[in-house]
This record gives sequence, structure tokens and C-alpha cells, in this order.
Amino acid sequence: MDLSMRWLNDYVKTDMPIKDFAAGITMSGSKVETYKNMSEPLTNIVVARVLKLERHPDSEKLWVCSLDAGQDEPVQIVTAAQNLFEGAVVPACLHNSVIADGTKITKGKLRGVASNGMMCSFAELGLTKDDFDYPVAEDGILILNNDSDIENMKPGMDICEALQIDDTTVEFEITNNRPDCLSVLGLARETAATFNLPLNYKEPEIKGIDGDINSEITVRVENTELCSRYMAALVKNVRIGPSPKWMARRLRASGVRPINNLVDITNYVMLEYGHPMHAFDLRYVEDNTIVVRNAKEGETLKLLDEMSEPIALTPEMLIIADGKKPIAIAGVMGGEHSGIMSDTTTVVFESACFDGVSVRRTAKKVGERTEASSRFEKGLNPVNAHAALMRALELVEILGCGEVIRTVIDVNHSEYVPERLKHDYKWVNEYLGSDISEAEQIEILKRLGFGYENGEIIVPPTRIDMHLPCDIAEEVARIYGYNNIPSTIPRLSSQGKRTPEQIFEDKTVSLALSLGFFEVMTYSFISPKSYDMLRMRDEDKRSVVLRRPLGEDTSVMRTTAIASMMEVVRRNVNNRTLDGRFFEIAREYFPKGENELPAERDVLCFAVYGAQEDFFTAKGAAEGIMARLGVKDVVFAAEKENPMFHPGRCAKVSANGVMIGYVGQIHPQAAENYSVNMPVYCAVLAMDEMRENTVGEAKYVSLPKFPSTYRDLSLLCDEELPSGEIEAVIKKTAKHLEQVSLFDFYKGEQVPAGKKSLSYKLILRKKDATITDDEADAVVARVLKALEEIGAVLR
Amino acid sequence: MKEQLQEIKEQATAAVKSCDDAKELDALRVKYLGKKGELTAILKSMGSLSAEERPVMGQLANQVRQTLEAAITAKGEALKAAGLEKKLRQEALDVTMPGKQRPLGVRHPLNIVLDELKEIFRGMGYTVVDGPEVEQTKYVFDMLNTLEGHPAREEQDTFYITDDILLRTQTSSVQIRTMLKNKPPIAIISPGRVYRSDAVDATHSPIFHQCEGLVIDKKITFGDLKGTLEVFAKRLYGEDVKLRFRPHHFPYTEPSAEVDLQCFKCGGKGCPLCKGEGWIEMLGSGQVHPQVLINCGIDPREYSGFAFGIGLERIAMMRYNIDDMRLLYENDRRFLVQFR
Repeated sequence: MDLSMRWLNDYVKTDMPIKDFAAGITMSGSKVETYKNMSEPLTNIVVARVLKLERHPDSEKLWVCSLDAGQDEPVQIVTAAQNLFEGAVVPACLHNSVIADGTKITKGKLRGVASNGMMCSFAELGLTKDDFDYPVAEDGILILNNDSDIENMKPGMDICEALQIDDTTVEFEITNNRPDCLSVLGLARETAATFNLPLNYKEPEIKGIDGDINSEITVRVENTELCSRYMAALVKNVRIGPSPKWMARRLRASGVRPINNLVDITNYVMLEYGHPMHAFDLRYVEDNTIVVRNAKEGETLKLLDEMSEPIALTPEMLIIADGKKPIAIAGVMGGEHSGIMSDTTTVVFESACFDGVSVRRTAKKVGERTEASSRFEKGLNPVNAHAALMRALELVEILGCGEVIRTVIDVNHSEYVPERLKHDYKWVNEYLGSDISEAEQIEILKRLGFGYENGEIIVPPTRIDMHLPCDIAEEVARIYGYNNIPSTIPRLSSQGKRTPEQIFEDKTVSLALSLGFFEVMTYSFISPKSYDMLRMRDEDKRSVVLRRPLGEDTSVMRTTAIASMMEVVRRNVNNRTLDGRFFEIAREYFPKGENELPAERDVLCFAVYGAQEDFFTAKGAAEGIMARLGVKDVVFAAEKENPMFHPGRCAKVSANGVMIGYVGQIHPQAAENYSVNMPVYCAVLAMDEMRENTVGEAKYVSLPKFPSTYRDLSLLCDEELPSGEIEAVIKKTAKHLEQVSLFDFYKGEQVPAGKKSLSYKLILRKKDATITDDEADAVVARVLKALEEIGAVLR
Repeated sequence: MKEQLQEIKEQATAAVKSCDDAKELDALRVKYLGKKGELTAILKSMGSLSAEERPVMGQLANQVRQTLEAAITAKGEALKAAGLEKKLRQEALDVTMPGKQRPLGVRHPLNIVLDELKEIFRGMGYTVVDGPEVEQTKYVFDMLNTLEGHPAREEQDTFYITDDILLRTQTSSVQIRTMLKNKPPIAIISPGRVYRSDAVDATHSPIFHQCEGLVIDKKITFGDLKGTLEVFAKRLYGEDVKLRFRPHHFPYTEPSAEVDLQCFKCGGKGCPLCKGEGWIEMLGSGQVHPQVLINCGIDPREYSGFAFGIGLERIAMMRYNIDDMRLLYENDRRFLVQFR
């Protein structure tokens, strides 16, 4: 909402600096976004009268002008303009003046003749020809002699004051609940309450002429649910023309283009009262009948908006029709044909109350969110419809642009009763934590325009936001000042603690960081193409799909965090970061039934790549993290079927027999799809499943009292036999085993083809005695026997 | 004999003095003081002396012995010290050469900020609560008093999956779930991802992070909201921080307040960071609307409370001087490595 301060001053006299006004009104709830003086940066431009006009001695095009600029001596200015004459009243930019585009004007010489500034055009004042209600020269000096205020324009007067452009526009951010503040009057009310100033409002008055409107026009409201009140008035013998300067300036300051006096009046009233109006040319209202009804299938309407094609109307839309056809979309926009034109003689003013939701839907559907519709959609009241109509008629008489028939049509189906709310000042204080006296509270509420009777406030019709005691508390608080309410700290009886899930996650993050991983944060929606890039099976591609995504790249919720992680790798490889360790506690989303929320699960997803990394560094990281998290009985088993991974370099991870996730090399083809031409190793490990399968608290085991011994076993077996299986057999069969570790792996000339050699160190220890060589040998013998059964023999 | 002793003493003393090697010194010890050493040989020949001379010579011989032993010991220690010194000299390193590191990772800057927020609120007795990101429309809008027709619900601002399911636009849905599940007193924060249909640019992202807070108990006041947020701001920005509470409107709170932080760069005078206003919009807040409490089965005559919501990206960007929000989601290591 753009507010003209001149306009506001009709209703509240604010003589404070604009900065103070903006600060004060912001802190009472009407936030000022910015303000701008319309005359900015115009400086030192005055009204001047041409006294003498003579040819330049050295030029055929230039004129030497002697001007009365209100100074003791005439001012001499040289000009190339050809539209001047002696006696012309013009804007004169004196020495050291600034014009609209910021250019500074100083004195100088033109072909040897002194020129103490320049005279300027309307464009150089930042104006357009629409700002004048008389013709003005497009190129040439602005001649003011035809101005209606010419009598008051004395030489030397500031041009901004003379043309009434010394106005400040204040741009407000008005919150949704306060459509009443989308009007000069609403903001005047707020201003009066905020600064404790009197509000100068009086009911509009019309003189009118005799006559019966009902003999000229009929109004029929068919849908009284969507139109609770419809008022119509008639203006005869209309004289269409430009609006006077003050009205045009105020409209412009409010961001509305002046069109003609009758149309401008409807806009003026909308801005002043917050109630949109419409004007029809009676000639084009067929059958002299106005019907408020739903549109019929197949009906169309060409809107006033010149650019648009005729719009197809649909039955849920409320329209204004004449006896035959639609002439306006209710609350949104009028039709082209019934609009006011230069030869209009009789005007029908409409001031109505349409249902907000209906207007909003219709405006959205036809793609015309107008000043009118945006006001209606927030909910307007039927009382204001009457006030607005009266004001419009009053303005017709003030402008003298038509004759108002005194009788009006009023189809009123609203059952408006002013809302009354009980005011309990003690409760207000309890709710706010304040100590504001009853008298002060009442005073604040009255300043805001609320009536007060028997401990009840009476809500004015424009305040659609007032229903509950807490609404009263807010009114009191914002005028009293939020910042004047003492700050306190509640004594909470709750404890701030971390849940087991949060402790587990924090620990996971610390471990990943300590292993050199950089934490990343990725978008959780991805392109469905990612699934193909990762070679995923069709059944794993089913995703939660956004109905209207920003683009394909962000159109489905990922079912695998690897899709996002590969983007991170791609970007970093692209940026020539040739080795990396990245991780994220990332969420994955798995669709369920039609109108069911998807399953969401958090995973630890990481990627490693570069010269230092291989499958075993990735696996080692996963092992290390899970060990420190206390994940129970972790088993890595070869996984050949997951198409995302290298079939020979992927392990399925389980804990305590429960599937946890995968670790492996991303399939080279998939990596290439991300333009990554080096091995990338990734892991996804489900957070919940890991946490649910952990050993409990660590328990101290006493340190060994007796020495250990060790045995190294170099084994020969088929290439295909997994080391994990050998280790499992050793663990199962070796008595007194403290630790087993693989310390060598060999494949090559020294062993037969198709075979490999694996060397393990077994550390053996007894708890209660020193283990003897015989005992150790016995263990080894037993182990070897068992190993033989799976095809591993001592080399 | 006396002369002999004197000679040994002089000879030996000179030899020890000029000795600069531990082995040599040991050889000298053997030569003079050893069992077959020169001094020992003299002592052995003492038997041939007269009874008067014997004690005199004995005493003299002992003196010589003690002198030599002391000289050798002193020399030995000096040599050891010199040797150590030499070794240390040889071992000296250029300590300005770079250290060998085991690479450490870095927390994402948004999470650094979030960790701090969690710490502050846990310290005040709040619990951190999580909830689904793909959420029911009623938990994000309807139950929060944001009814059909409210602009926030528009398809152009919100990612819908179906009419009834959407990507949450705020983490307030977690508050609703908490209120439905738990009886007051409630004190929670709900940090997490939220989604709005904003095209990506330097200051917008369709995914961003919020941390919302909720307190419900008996007699919770607007003053409590103010006090709590002031403590929060002080913990985050330091004791000198100044807040102002500005009336605003949210459908789920009444009264509602936007909270501005006095610009820390210019101290409120106005600068490019605060766009000349002297204040920086920091968060939205208010007292929970009674209708929201009723929707969650809480009697507003008995309980009241407050809620607030903070954008994490904004805090992180201001703190670290990050001028483009996209950097936070691009995960370029050259960016990530700058944080700690």
C-alpha cells in the first residue's frame, strides 16, 4: 500500500519529520518498507514569468530570456526552446538546481551570452503529460498559463509546491489480517492511535437531485450468498474529462494511473475507504438491468484490460450481467464494453460486497489479481459499501462532473451486527505479563476506533480481525508498545536432554569428522534421471513426486542419498579437487499408499575418492565408525546384484543379522554418467538400524595377567573363497583366541593358478595361566582341520 | 719413590686433561689406576720401604690416587655432556617445516550454527524434536489456523504432493505433532529442513532450514517470550545485543511479533548490511493462538504459550560473511574447508 502523506493529512495532521512517522507507525504494526518524496531530487526550481524574449545576437535558434523569478533583479536564461512567449509562466531551474534525472544545472555562457540556469519540460520534472489536465508540449518548455492554479503561482514559488508534487509516498507492508489498512482512512486511524492525534473524519454529504433511480435501472441479486450487499447509484449529465491536479497527483502517489474523472473517483474511493467500486456506462447496460449471478457455461467477457482476449467464464464465477450478457466479473474487473468513455453521459456506480474466497478463486482462475480483487479476497464488510458509495457521490459533486440522483438502490442481504467483545483488563495484563491500567487500556482501544460500553468493546465494521480476548491484548500491546512490556524468563520444569537417537547421530558425526570426512548438505529432491544414471532397477525408482516442481532437476524426493552424494563428487572433481571424503546424515523418502505419508529414513551416506582411497579405505571407515558406535556383530558379505555398485567390489552390511546398508565402489558406468572418471567408493548405512543393533554400555575387562603367544598361518585356498569365511572358521574353532588378523595376501607366480595365499596372525592367551606351546599347537591343529573342510590348507 | 709418584701424577693429569674421548679416558684409567696400572705397581712396591716412610708414602700415594680418580670422573662427565650436546645439535630439526597431519573433517557451517542453537535451548530446558518433512497439509496449515484461502497455501509457494500431502513449509508441523502427543508443560525446539517454491538465487533456496521453538505451560506471557528470545540473542551474539519486538501478523500466533536485531555492523546507524534501517529482521514469534491450542486438545483457559521460528541460513550467512546462499548447498570442498 502506497500512501500519499498529503492525503493522510486530510484526516490526521502529522507535522513530525517523515523519519519519525515511519519509525513510529512501524512499531505500532504498520510496517513502512520505504518512503520517497515525489519531488526528489528536484532542487531550486521555481515558478518564473517570461518578461522579455529576444533573439540571441549570434544564433538563429537561441533565445535570450529575461525572467521574473521572484528575485530583486530579473534572471537571464538562454534557451533553444521555441514555444515561449512573453508572459509565459514556466519552471525555471536556477543556478545550482537539480532536475529529475539528477543532473545539476549551473550558470554558464551560451555563445558568449550569460545564462543563469535553464527552463525545463515536464519530463525534466519527472512528470508525464497525464499529470496535467490541459495539453502540454512534448518537446519544449512546460507552459503553466492554462493551469487552474495559475492565480496562486507567484514567481519564485517552489515548482514542487506549485504543481503539488511535494508529496511523500510511504510504502507499507500491510499484513493479511488488516485489509482495513489498505486504505487512507485505515492508516489515518492507525496514525491517530499511534501518535495520539485527533482524527478529522466526517460522513460524506451529498446534495443530489430529485429522481427515482428505480425508474432508470433494476438490480437483481440471484446469488445472495456470494453477494451480501449490492448498492447502485446513478450520475446523470456526466462531463467526462481529466481529474483535477490534487486528485491526479494523489492517485499517482498511490501508484494508480489517472484515467478520467469518473474512473478516477472510483479508484480514489477505493484507496481512501478501502472499498473497491465500479462504474458502468448506462448505455451499455442492456435492458437497464443489473443481475448479480453465476456465469453460465459458454459465456465470455472481454475485460477492460486492453491486451487480453475474451475470457471464458465458468459457472462457479460470480459475474455482473445486464439483461443479456456479462458486463463484469464481480470484484475482479469490468468488461470493456460497459466501461466509461469520453462520451458517456450516465454512469452507474456499483458499491457491493462480494464473497472473498469466491473473488480470490475467480481472480486466480482468470489470471487477473487486481487492486479490487486483492481487497475483496481478504473480506470486506457491507457497512463500508454504503460509506464508499456516498463518498464517490460526494466527490462527483465536489468535482462538479455530474448530477447525482439522490435515491440509491440497496439490495442488502447481510445480517451485519457489530461484534462486541468483553474487555477484561486483568486478563490482558496476565496474558501479556504487563501492568497497564484499565483506564489506559480503554483509552488505547478508543483511540483505535473501538466503541466502549459496559466493559465491552464494539468493533468497527472495517476491523474483520477482532474476535477473541487475545486480539484485544494485541491491540493494547502494540499501541502501548511491545518494547515497553517487561521481559521475563519462564521457569521451565522440563529438562533439556538429548534423545538416544540424537546422541547416536551426534556421535556418528563426530566419528566421521575425526576420520577426515567433510560434512555436506544436499537437496533432498533430485532429478528422476539420477536413477538411470545410477543404473537403478525400475522397482527402486518409485518416488514421492512433486506436483509442481521448480524444474526436473528437483522434481522427486530421493530414494537414495547416493544420487545427491554423486553430485557433490561431480562438482568437486570438476573443480579439480582430486581427492575427497564427504559425508552427510541424509534423509531418504520411500512412497507408501496413495494418500499416505512416505517412510522417511536417515542414513549415513559417505563417498571417498582419490589416490589414497580404495575399497578397503572406504570399508575401513565404515568399520571404524560402526565399531566406535558399538554396532553389534557387523558382517560384510559380497554383493553382486546391486546395479549401482561394481559387481566385484560391493559388500552388503548387516549387524546382528539385520540389513544395514552397502559399501562399495560405484559402478564405473554410473560414475562416468556423473563425468567422474576415477573410482568412487560410497557407503549408505541406515541410522535407525545401526542404533537398534548396538551392544550396550561398555564393561571393563581386567587386563591380562599371563603372557600371550602367537601363531602365523599361511594358507592356500581357491581365489573365490572369501577371507571372511576363513576368519569366521578361525574364530569359531580357535580356543584361547584373543585376536586374529590378516597380515598378508598374495596372488601370483608363487602359488598355483586360481589359488591365493592368505596369512593370518592368531594371538592366543589363557586367562588363568601362561599358554604352553603344546596348547597353542593343539589350537592350530584344530583350526587347520576345520579350515581344510572349506578348502584352505597350510601352505 | 716420592718423585715417581709426583711424576705419575703430573703425567696422568696432563693425559686426562688432553683426553677428548671416552674410550681413551677409560684406557688412561686402566693405565694408571687399574690392577696392573702404574700407580698400583708403585703401591705394590711399598713393602720395600721403611716403616717410617711407608705411612708417609702411603698417604701420598692415596692422595695421588684420589686426585687422579677425581680428574678422570670429572673428565668423564664433561665428555658425556659434550657428547649429548653434539648429538642434540645433530638432531636439531627445522620446526618451521609443516607438521604431518591425519586429515580431520569439517562440520557443515549450517550445522555449526544449528549445534549452537541446540546447545543454547537445551541449556534453557528445551528438548529437540524431529518430524517428517513430507507432511500432511492439515499439520502444516489447517491446524495452525492457516485456513483455505491463505496466500501461504498457494500452489505457487508450496510444493504439494497431493492436496493433502506436501513438503512442509515450516517446522511448526512438528509442534502440532508434539502438542497432540504430549501434555503441557512443553518446551521444544524443532529444527529441520523446510521447502518453499522459490527459485534458486543468491538469497533464495527451495530448501532451507528453520529452527522453531514452542513453550506451553500455565501463565506463559508475552513478557516470557521477550525474555527468552533476549537470552537466546545474547548467547548467540553477545551481551551487548539489542532486540526490538515489532507487531506483525501470523495466523498461528496472537499477539505476533517480528524480532529485529540492532545491526551489529553499524550499531543501528544504518549501513548496507541492514539496508540503512539500523535493524536486521531476525525471526518471527508470538503467543500461540488459542485456536491452535484448541485444535491440539489443549484448553487455552488453562494454558498459554509462545512460539518462534528462526531461519538458519540467514544466521550462518551473516556470521560467516557468506554472500550467496547457493554456496551452502554446492558443497565445494574449497568452501567447506573454511569453517571450524
